[in-house]
Amino acid sequence: MSENRYELNKQLAQMLKGGVIMDVTTPEQAKIAEEAGACAVMALERIPADIRAAGGVSRMSDPKMIRGIQDAVSIPVMAKCRIGHFVEAQILEAIEIDYIDESEVLSPADDVYHINKHDFKVPFVCGARDLGEALRRIAEGASMIRTKGEPGTGDIVQAVRHMRMMNSEIRRIQNMRKDELFEAAKQLAVPVSLVEYVHENGKLPVVNFAAGGVATPADAALMMQLGAEGVFVGSGIFKSGNPAKRAAAIVQAVTNYTDAKLIAELSAGLGEAMVGINEQEISLLMAERGK
Amino acid sequence: MTVAILALQGAFAEHGYMLDRLSVDHFELRQKKDLERPFDALILPGGESTVMGKLLLELGLFAPLRERILSGMPVFGTCAGLILLAKNVEHDKSHFATMDISVKRNAYGRQLGSFYIEEEMQGVGRIPMTFIRAPYIEAVSGNAEILATVNKKIVAAREGNQLVTAFHPELNDDTRVHEYFLQMIK
Repeated sequence: MSENRYELNKQLAQMLKGGVIMDVTTPEQAKIAEEAGACAVMALERIPADIRAAGGVSRMSDPKMIRGIQDAVSIPVMAKCRIGHFVEAQILEAIEIDYIDESEVLSPADDVYHINKHDFKVPFVCGARDLGEALRRIAEGASMIRTKGEPGTGDIVQAVRHMRMMNSEIRRIQNMRKDELFEAAKQLAVPVSLVEYVHENGKLPVVNFAAGGVATPADAALMMQLGAEGVFVGSGIFKSGNPAKRAAAIVQAVTNYTDAKLIAELSAGLGEAMVGINEQEISLLMAERGK
Repeated sequence: MTVAILALQGAFAEHGYMLDRLSVDHFELRQKKDLERPFDALILPGGESTVMGKLLLELGLFAPLRERILSGMPVFGTCAGLILLAKNVEHDKSHFATMDISVKRNAYGRQLGSFYIEEEMQGVGRIPMTFIRAPYIEAVSGNAEILATVNKKIVAAREGNQLVTAFHPELNDDTRVHEYFLQMIK
Protein backbone atom coordinates (compact mmCIF):
# COMPACT_ATOMS: atom_id res chain seq x y z
CA MET A 1 0.00 0.00 0.00
CA SER A 2 1.44 3.36 -0.98
CA GLU A 3 1.96 6.17 1.52
CA ASN A 4 -0.63 8.19 -0.36
CA ARG A 5 -3.35 5.51 0.01
CA TYR A 6 -2.66 5.26 3.76
CA GLU A 7 -3.05 9.04 4.07
CA LEU A 8 -6.37 8.92 2.20
CA ASN A 9 -7.56 6.14 4.48
CA LYS A 10 -6.66 8.05 7.64
CA GLN A 11 -8.40 11.06 6.15
CA LEU A 12 -11.67 9.15 5.62
CA ALA A 13 -11.64 8.48 9.37
CA GLN A 14 -11.21 12.22 9.92
CA MET A 15 -14.46 12.76 8.01
CA LEU A 16 -16.26 10.40 10.41
CA LYS A 17 -15.24 12.36 13.52
CA GLY A 18 -17.97 13.71 15.75
CA GLY A 19 -20.24 11.03 14.36
CA VAL A 20 -21.92 7.78 15.34
CA ILE A 21 -21.27 4.50 13.54
CA MET A 22 -24.09 2.02 14.02
CA ASP A 23 -24.23 -1.78 13.77
CA VAL A 24 -26.91 -2.96 11.34
CA THR A 25 -27.91 -6.42 10.17
CA THR A 26 -30.36 -5.63 7.34
CA PRO A 27 -30.85 -2.95 4.65
CA GLU A 28 -33.94 -1.78 6.57
CA GLN A 29 -31.91 -1.21 9.72
CA ALA A 30 -29.24 0.54 7.65
CA LYS A 31 -31.86 2.98 6.37
CA ILE A 32 -33.15 3.62 9.88
CA ALA A 33 -29.58 4.29 10.98
CA GLU A 34 -28.88 6.66 8.08
CA GLU A 35 -32.10 8.56 8.66
CA ALA A 36 -31.29 8.82 12.36
CA GLY A 37 -27.98 10.49 11.49
CA ALA A 38 -25.38 7.70 11.49
CA CYS A 39 -22.15 8.85 9.77
CA ALA A 40 -21.46 5.23 8.73
CA VAL A 41 -22.90 1.78 9.32
CA MET A 42 -21.24 -1.49 10.29
CA ALA A 43 -22.79 -4.37 8.36
CA LEU A 44 -22.85 -7.63 10.28
CA GLU A 45 -24.90 -10.78 10.40
CA ARG A 46 -25.68 -10.65 14.09
CA ILE A 47 -25.15 -7.83 16.53
CA PRO A 48 -22.67 -8.61 19.32
CA ALA A 49 -25.39 -9.25 21.93
CA ASP A 50 -26.82 -12.00 19.70
CA ILE A 51 -23.38 -13.41 18.90
CA ARG A 52 -22.85 -13.65 22.64
CA ALA A 53 -26.23 -15.34 23.16
CA ALA A 54 -25.86 -17.78 20.26
CA GLY A 55 -22.28 -18.82 21.01
CA GLY A 56 -20.33 -20.85 18.48
CA VAL A 57 -17.95 -19.51 15.84
CA SER A 58 -18.83 -16.15 14.35
CA ARG A 59 -17.42 -15.17 10.96
CA MET A 60 -17.46 -12.45 8.33
CA SER A 61 -20.98 -11.68 7.04
CA ASP A 62 -22.42 -12.97 3.78
CA PRO A 63 -21.20 -10.63 0.99
CA LYS A 64 -24.72 -10.65 -0.45
CA MET A 65 -26.07 -9.19 2.77
CA ILE A 66 -23.28 -6.58 2.83
CA ARG A 67 -24.03 -5.60 -0.79
CA GLY A 68 -27.70 -5.17 0.10
CA ILE A 69 -26.67 -2.68 2.77
CA GLN A 70 -24.24 -0.90 0.41
CA ASP A 71 -27.11 -0.44 -2.04
CA ALA A 72 -29.50 0.80 0.65
CA VAL A 73 -27.48 3.76 1.98
CA SER A 74 -25.21 6.56 0.72
CA ILE A 75 -23.02 6.80 3.84
CA PRO A 76 -19.83 4.69 4.25
CA VAL A 77 -20.36 0.98 4.92
CA MET A 78 -17.96 -0.95 7.15
CA ALA A 79 -17.83 -4.69 7.79
CA LYS A 80 -15.98 -6.99 10.17
CA CYS A 81 -13.50 -9.73 9.45
CA ARG A 82 -11.96 -12.10 11.98
CA ILE A 83 -8.64 -11.18 13.58
CA GLY A 84 -5.87 -12.54 11.35
CA HIS A 85 -8.25 -13.71 8.60
CA PHE A 86 -6.69 -11.93 5.66
CA VAL A 87 -8.80 -13.81 3.13
CA GLU A 88 -12.00 -12.50 4.66
CA ALA A 89 -10.37 -9.07 4.38
CA GLN A 90 -9.52 -9.71 0.73
CA ILE A 91 -13.17 -10.58 0.10
CA LEU A 92 -14.34 -7.38 1.78
CA GLU A 93 -11.88 -5.39 -0.31
CA ALA A 94 -13.16 -7.14 -3.45
CA ILE A 95 -16.70 -5.93 -2.76
CA GLU A 96 -15.31 -2.40 -2.19
CA ILE A 97 -16.16 -2.02 1.46
CA ASP A 98 -15.31 1.46 2.78
CA TYR A 99 -13.70 0.27 6.03
CA ILE A 100 -12.77 -3.16 7.42
CA ASP A 101 -13.04 -3.75 11.16
CA GLU A 102 -10.57 -6.49 12.12
CA SER A 103 -12.68 -7.30 15.11
CA GLU A 104 -12.49 -9.21 18.36
CA VAL A 105 -16.30 -9.48 18.22
CA LEU A 106 -15.88 -12.32 15.72
CA SER A 107 -14.01 -15.51 16.61
CA PRO A 108 -10.29 -14.94 15.99
CA ALA A 109 -8.86 -16.87 13.03
CA ASP A 110 -5.29 -16.47 14.22
CA ASP A 111 -4.23 -16.40 17.86
CA VAL A 112 -0.79 -14.95 17.13
CA TYR A 113 -0.82 -12.70 14.09
CA HIS A 114 -3.03 -9.83 13.06
CA ILE A 115 -3.53 -9.03 9.37
CA ASN A 116 -0.72 -7.14 7.65
CA LYS A 117 -2.99 -4.25 6.78
CA HIS A 118 -0.33 -2.57 4.62
CA ASP A 119 -1.17 -5.16 1.96
CA PHE A 120 -4.61 -3.63 1.43
CA LYS A 121 -5.94 -0.55 -0.30
CA VAL A 122 -9.08 -0.33 1.82
CA PRO A 123 -8.73 1.09 5.33
CA PHE A 124 -8.85 -0.87 8.59
CA VAL A 125 -10.14 0.03 12.03
CA CYS A 126 -8.98 -2.08 14.98
CA GLY A 127 -9.86 -2.31 18.65
CA ALA A 128 -7.40 -1.53 21.44
CA ARG A 129 -7.43 -1.58 25.24
CA ASP A 130 -4.32 0.47 25.78
CA LEU A 131 -1.67 2.49 23.99
CA GLY A 132 0.52 -0.52 23.20
CA GLU A 133 -2.29 -2.36 21.43
CA ALA A 134 -3.31 0.79 19.55
CA LEU A 135 0.23 1.49 18.30
CA ARG A 136 0.81 -2.16 17.37
CA ARG A 137 -2.33 -2.10 15.22
CA ILE A 138 -1.22 1.18 13.65
CA ALA A 139 2.21 -0.33 12.95
CA GLU A 140 0.38 -3.16 11.16
CA GLY A 141 -1.42 -0.58 9.00
CA ALA A 142 -4.65 0.31 10.83
CA SER A 143 -5.81 3.82 9.88
CA MET A 144 -8.35 4.18 12.69
CA ILE A 145 -8.54 2.89 16.27
CA ARG A 146 -11.47 2.25 18.59
CA THR A 147 -11.59 1.10 22.18
CA LYS A 148 -12.54 -2.54 22.49
CA GLY A 149 -14.94 -2.05 25.36
CA GLU A 150 -16.91 -5.20 25.96
CA PRO A 151 -19.18 -5.71 22.94
CA GLY A 152 -22.76 -6.84 23.28
CA THR A 153 -23.07 -6.14 27.00
CA GLY A 154 -24.57 -2.67 27.20
CA ASP A 155 -22.03 -2.17 29.98
CA ILE A 156 -19.83 0.89 29.44
CA VAL A 157 -17.24 0.06 32.12
CA GLN A 158 -14.67 -1.50 29.81
CA ALA A 159 -14.82 1.20 27.16
CA VAL A 160 -14.25 3.75 29.93
CA ARG A 161 -11.35 1.74 31.30
CA HIS A 162 -9.74 1.41 27.86
CA MET A 163 -10.15 5.07 26.96
CA ARG A 164 -8.78 6.24 30.31
CA MET A 165 -5.88 3.81 30.06
CA MET A 166 -4.98 4.93 26.55
CA ASN A 167 -5.14 8.62 27.41
CA SER A 168 -3.17 8.30 30.64
CA GLU A 169 -0.44 6.42 28.77
CA ILE A 170 -0.41 9.12 26.09
CA ARG A 171 0.05 11.77 28.80
CA ARG A 172 2.85 9.74 30.35
CA ILE A 173 4.69 9.50 27.00
CA GLN A 174 4.15 13.21 26.40
CA ASN A 175 5.90 14.06 29.64
CA MET A 176 8.95 11.88 29.04
CA ARG A 177 12.41 13.08 28.19
CA LYS A 178 13.37 12.26 24.63
CA ASP A 179 15.98 9.74 25.72
CA GLU A 180 13.30 7.80 27.63
CA LEU A 181 11.23 7.12 24.51
CA PHE A 182 13.38 4.19 23.38
CA GLU A 183 12.69 2.28 26.57
CA ALA A 184 8.98 3.21 26.34
CA ALA A 185 8.88 1.78 22.81
CA LYS A 186 10.50 -1.40 24.08
CA GLN A 187 8.00 -1.76 26.92
CA LEU A 188 5.01 -1.07 24.68
CA ALA A 189 6.45 -3.41 22.02
CA VAL A 190 5.95 -0.82 19.28
CA PRO A 191 8.18 1.09 16.81
CA VAL A 192 9.95 4.07 18.36
CA SER A 193 8.75 6.35 15.54
CA LEU A 194 5.15 5.94 16.71
CA VAL A 195 6.15 6.68 20.31
CA GLU A 196 7.90 9.82 19.07
CA TYR A 197 4.72 10.90 17.31
CA VAL A 198 2.71 10.48 20.52
CA HIS A 199 5.38 12.34 22.47
CA GLU A 200 5.27 15.31 20.11
CA ASN A 201 1.54 15.46 19.39
CA GLY A 202 -0.10 14.13 22.54
CA LYS A 203 -2.45 11.92 20.57
CA LEU A 204 -2.56 8.85 18.37
CA PRO A 205 -1.51 9.36 14.74
CA VAL A 206 -5.00 8.21 13.67
CA VAL A 207 -8.58 8.96 14.70
CA ASN A 208 -9.71 7.24 17.92
CA PHE A 209 -13.37 6.27 18.51
CA ALA A 210 -15.12 4.69 21.48
CA ALA A 211 -16.80 1.31 21.12
CA GLY A 212 -18.24 -1.51 23.19
CA GLY A 213 -21.13 -1.17 25.61
CA VAL A 214 -22.57 2.21 24.56
CA ALA A 215 -26.33 2.04 25.24
CA THR A 216 -27.55 5.57 26.07
CA PRO A 217 -26.97 9.19 24.96
CA ALA A 218 -25.25 9.69 28.32
CA ASP A 219 -22.86 6.78 27.61
CA ALA A 220 -21.97 8.33 24.25
CA ALA A 221 -21.41 11.79 25.76
CA LEU A 222 -19.32 10.25 28.57
CA MET A 223 -16.98 8.68 26.01
CA MET A 224 -16.74 11.98 24.10
CA GLN A 225 -15.90 13.90 27.28
CA LEU A 226 -13.23 11.30 28.03
CA GLY A 227 -11.61 12.12 24.68
CA ALA A 228 -13.21 9.87 22.04
CA GLU A 229 -13.47 11.49 18.62
CA GLY A 230 -16.69 9.64 17.79
CA VAL A 231 -18.67 6.60 18.87
CA PHE A 232 -19.56 3.14 17.61
CA VAL A 233 -22.90 1.82 18.84
CA GLY A 234 -23.45 -1.87 18.38
CA SER A 235 -26.20 -3.72 20.14
CA GLY A 236 -27.37 -0.64 22.04
CA ILE A 237 -29.64 0.64 19.27
CA PHE A 238 -31.42 -2.30 17.71
CA LYS A 239 -31.71 -4.14 21.04
CA SER A 240 -33.63 -1.21 22.52
CA GLY A 241 -37.34 -0.43 22.56
CA ASN A 242 -37.30 2.41 20.04
CA PRO A 243 -34.21 2.16 17.80
CA ALA A 244 -34.89 5.19 15.57
CA LYS A 245 -35.47 7.54 18.48
CA ARG A 246 -32.56 6.23 20.53
CA ALA A 247 -30.22 6.40 17.52
CA ALA A 248 -31.16 10.02 16.78
CA ALA A 249 -30.72 10.96 20.43
CA ILE A 250 -27.24 9.41 20.56
CA VAL A 251 -26.25 11.30 17.39
CA GLN A 252 -27.28 14.62 18.93
CA ALA A 253 -25.60 13.78 22.23
CA VAL A 254 -22.31 13.16 20.42
CA THR A 255 -22.47 16.55 18.66
CA ASN A 256 -23.33 18.48 21.83
CA TYR A 257 -21.61 16.22 24.32
CA THR A 258 -20.96 18.91 26.93
CA ASP A 259 -24.51 20.33 26.99
CA ALA A 260 -26.08 18.53 29.98
CA LYS A 261 -29.42 20.29 29.53
CA LEU A 262 -29.74 19.07 25.96
CA ILE A 263 -28.62 15.54 26.89
CA ALA A 264 -31.25 15.53 29.66
CA GLU A 265 -33.92 16.30 27.06
CA LEU A 266 -32.50 13.72 24.67
CA SER A 267 -32.50 11.05 27.38
CA ALA A 268 -36.16 11.58 28.28
CA GLY A 269 -38.77 9.06 27.12
CA LEU A 270 -36.48 6.95 24.96
CA GLY A 271 -38.24 3.72 25.93
CA GLU A 272 -36.42 0.70 27.16
CA ALA A 273 -32.63 0.55 26.86
CA MET A 274 -31.04 -2.78 26.07
CA VAL A 275 -31.12 -4.95 29.16
CA GLY A 276 -27.39 -5.50 29.27
CA ILE A 277 -25.18 -7.79 31.28
CA ASN A 278 -22.51 -6.80 33.77
CA GLU A 279 -18.95 -7.77 32.97
CA GLN A 280 -18.81 -10.02 36.04
CA GLU A 281 -21.75 -12.05 34.72
CA ILE A 282 -20.15 -13.09 31.47
CA SER A 283 -17.70 -15.86 30.81
CA LEU A 284 -16.41 -14.71 27.41
CA LEU A 285 -14.39 -11.50 27.41
CA MET A 286 -14.08 -10.51 23.75
CA ALA A 287 -11.68 -7.70 24.68
CA GLU A 288 -9.10 -10.36 25.64
CA ARG A 289 -8.90 -11.44 22.00
CA GLY A 290 -6.04 -10.13 19.86
CA LYS A 291 -3.43 -8.23 21.85
CA MET B 1 -12.74 39.14 11.79
CA THR B 2 -14.33 35.96 13.20
CA VAL B 3 -15.17 32.79 11.29
CA ALA B 4 -17.74 30.30 12.56
CA ILE B 5 -17.06 26.66 11.70
CA LEU B 6 -20.08 24.38 11.61
CA ALA B 7 -19.12 21.63 14.09
CA LEU B 8 -22.03 19.19 13.97
CA GLN B 9 -19.99 16.31 12.55
CA GLY B 10 -16.90 15.72 10.42
CA ALA B 11 -13.52 17.38 9.93
CA PHE B 12 -14.29 20.75 11.50
CA ALA B 13 -11.20 20.84 13.74
CA GLU B 14 -8.95 20.73 10.66
CA HIS B 15 -10.43 24.01 9.37
CA GLY B 16 -9.71 25.50 12.78
CA TYR B 17 -6.03 24.49 12.48
CA MET B 18 -5.84 26.24 9.10
CA LEU B 19 -7.35 29.42 10.51
CA ASP B 20 -4.98 29.23 13.50
CA ARG B 21 -2.06 29.20 11.08
CA LEU B 22 -3.50 32.31 9.42
CA SER B 23 -4.07 33.95 12.83
CA VAL B 24 -7.81 34.28 12.23
CA ASP B 25 -10.27 34.16 15.12
CA HIS B 26 -12.78 31.30 14.89
CA PHE B 27 -15.22 29.23 16.94
CA GLU B 28 -17.25 26.03 16.61
CA LEU B 29 -20.93 26.37 15.85
CA ARG B 30 -22.82 23.47 17.42
CA GLN B 31 -26.22 24.79 18.47
CA LYS B 32 -28.61 27.71 18.32
CA LYS B 33 -27.15 29.65 21.22
CA ASP B 34 -23.80 29.76 19.40
CA LEU B 35 -25.49 32.05 16.85
CA GLU B 36 -25.51 34.79 19.48
CA ARG B 37 -21.77 35.15 19.06
CA PRO B 38 -20.90 37.59 16.28
CA PHE B 39 -19.24 36.14 13.19
CA ASP B 40 -18.41 37.42 9.72
CA ALA B 41 -18.16 34.21 7.73
CA LEU B 42 -19.05 30.53 7.90
CA ILE B 43 -17.22 27.32 7.00
CA LEU B 44 -19.18 24.14 6.25
CA PRO B 45 -16.68 21.27 6.68
CA GLY B 46 -16.34 17.79 5.25
CA GLY B 47 -18.16 14.89 6.84
CA GLU B 48 -21.49 13.32 5.98
CA SER B 49 -23.99 15.74 4.44
CA THR B 50 -26.92 13.54 5.52
CA VAL B 51 -25.84 13.87 9.16
CA MET B 52 -25.21 17.62 9.00
CA GLY B 53 -28.42 18.28 7.06
CA LYS B 54 -30.44 16.47 9.70
CA LEU B 55 -28.73 18.07 12.69
CA LEU B 56 -29.03 21.57 11.17
CA LEU B 57 -32.81 21.13 11.22
CA GLU B 58 -33.07 19.42 14.60
CA LEU B 59 -30.89 21.98 16.34
CA GLY B 60 -32.71 24.96 14.83
CA LEU B 61 -29.68 26.18 12.89
CA PHE B 62 -30.98 25.68 9.37
CA ALA B 63 -33.23 28.71 8.86
CA PRO B 64 -31.03 31.33 10.55
CA LEU B 65 -27.89 30.19 8.72
CA ARG B 66 -29.68 30.03 5.36
CA GLU B 67 -30.92 33.55 5.89
CA ARG B 68 -27.39 34.80 6.59
CA ILE B 69 -26.02 33.06 3.51
CA LEU B 70 -28.78 34.55 1.34
CA SER B 71 -28.10 38.00 2.75
CA GLY B 72 -24.48 37.80 1.59
CA MET B 73 -22.39 36.42 4.44
CA PRO B 74 -19.31 34.68 2.97
CA VAL B 75 -19.54 30.89 3.22
CA PHE B 76 -17.01 28.20 2.29
CA GLY B 77 -18.17 24.61 1.83
CA THR B 78 -15.77 21.69 1.43
CA CYS B 79 -17.02 18.29 0.22
CA ALA B 80 -20.15 17.70 2.36
CA GLY B 81 -20.30 21.49 2.80
CA LEU B 82 -20.49 21.84 -0.98
CA ILE B 83 -23.42 19.43 -1.03
CA LEU B 84 -25.19 21.46 1.68
CA LEU B 85 -25.06 24.58 -0.52
CA ALA B 86 -26.02 23.02 -3.87
CA LYS B 87 -29.45 23.69 -5.35
CA ASN B 88 -29.53 20.29 -7.02
CA VAL B 89 -28.21 17.06 -5.54
CA GLU B 90 -28.51 14.03 -7.80
CA HIS B 91 -30.73 11.26 -6.36
CA ASP B 92 -30.96 13.09 -3.06
CA LYS B 93 -32.55 16.05 -1.38
CA SER B 94 -30.94 19.46 -1.28
CA HIS B 95 -30.25 21.35 1.96
CA PHE B 96 -29.51 25.11 2.02
CA ALA B 97 -29.96 25.12 -1.78
CA THR B 98 -28.44 28.58 -2.10
CA MET B 99 -25.95 27.99 -4.90
CA ASP B 100 -26.63 27.40 -8.60
CA ILE B 101 -24.75 24.14 -8.92
CA SER B 102 -25.79 20.55 -9.58
CA VAL B 103 -23.88 17.99 -7.56
CA LYS B 104 -23.32 14.27 -7.71
CA ARG B 105 -22.65 12.69 -4.32
CA ASN B 106 -20.01 9.96 -3.91
CA ALA B 107 -19.27 10.69 -7.55
CA TYR B 108 -15.96 8.81 -7.55
CA GLY B 109 -17.41 5.72 -5.88
CA ARG B 110 -16.46 4.23 -2.55
CA GLN B 111 -13.26 4.72 -0.51
CA LEU B 112 -11.19 2.88 -3.16
CA GLY B 113 -12.04 5.79 -5.48
CA SER B 114 -10.58 8.42 -3.10
CA PHE B 115 -7.49 10.13 -4.55
CA TYR B 116 -4.91 12.91 -4.30
CA ILE B 117 -3.81 15.19 -7.12
CA GLU B 118 -2.22 18.59 -7.70
CA GLU B 119 -4.10 20.92 -10.01
CA GLU B 120 -4.69 24.53 -10.88
CA MET B 121 -7.39 26.56 -9.11
CA GLN B 122 -8.29 29.92 -10.60
CA GLY B 123 -7.15 32.83 -8.45
CA VAL B 124 -5.19 30.49 -6.18
CA GLY B 125 -2.61 28.60 -8.27
CA ARG B 126 -1.52 24.98 -8.38
CA ILE B 127 -2.60 23.34 -5.12
CA PRO B 128 -2.84 19.92 -3.47
CA MET B 129 -6.33 18.45 -3.73
CA THR B 130 -7.48 15.54 -1.57
CA PHE B 131 -10.72 13.85 -2.60
CA ILE B 132 -12.34 11.57 0.01
CA ARG B 133 -15.49 9.78 -1.22
CA ALA B 134 -15.95 13.10 -2.91
CA PRO B 135 -18.74 14.66 -4.91
CA TYR B 136 -18.19 16.66 -8.07
CA ILE B 137 -20.18 19.44 -9.68
CA GLU B 138 -21.99 18.27 -12.79
CA ALA B 139 -23.02 21.75 -13.92
CA VAL B 140 -23.02 25.37 -12.84
CA SER B 141 -25.71 27.84 -13.85
CA GLY B 142 -26.75 31.43 -13.16
CA ASN B 143 -23.92 33.43 -11.62
CA ALA B 144 -21.91 30.46 -10.44
CA GLU B 145 -18.45 30.26 -12.00
CA ILE B 146 -16.05 27.37 -12.31
CA LEU B 147 -12.75 27.76 -10.43
CA ALA B 148 -11.17 24.34 -10.96
CA THR B 149 -11.60 21.14 -12.91
CA VAL B 150 -9.91 17.76 -12.52
CA ASN B 151 -10.19 15.28 -15.38
CA LYS B 152 -12.91 17.46 -16.91
CA LYS B 153 -15.05 17.36 -13.75
CA ILE B 154 -15.80 20.60 -11.92
CA VAL B 155 -14.31 20.49 -8.42
CA ALA B 156 -14.39 24.13 -7.27
CA ALA B 157 -16.80 26.99 -7.92
CA ARG B 158 -17.84 30.38 -6.64
CA GLU B 159 -21.07 32.34 -6.74
CA GLY B 160 -20.69 35.77 -5.11
CA ASN B 161 -20.27 35.14 -1.37
CA GLN B 162 -20.29 31.35 -1.73
CA LEU B 163 -17.14 29.28 -2.33
CA VAL B 164 -17.15 25.50 -2.68
CA THR B 165 -14.56 22.77 -3.23
CA ALA B 166 -15.21 19.05 -3.73
CA PHE B 167 -11.77 18.41 -2.25
CA HIS B 168 -10.39 19.13 1.23
CA PRO B 169 -7.94 22.05 1.40
CA GLU B 170 -8.03 21.68 5.21
CA LEU B 171 -6.31 18.28 5.02
CA ASN B 172 -3.13 19.40 3.30
CA ASP B 173 -0.36 21.70 4.33
CA ASP B 174 -1.36 24.57 2.02
CA THR B 175 -3.37 27.52 3.32
CA ARG B 176 -3.94 29.28 -0.02
CA VAL B 177 -7.59 28.28 -0.53
CA HIS B 178 -8.41 29.48 2.99
CA GLU B 179 -6.56 32.73 2.24
CA TYR B 180 -8.66 33.11 -0.92
CA PHE B 181 -11.81 32.65 1.18
CA LEU B 182 -10.66 35.18 3.78
CA GLN B 183 -10.26 37.74 1.00
CA MET B 184 -13.97 37.32 0.25
CA ILE B 185 -14.75 38.67 3.74
CA LYS B 186 -15.01 42.41 3.72
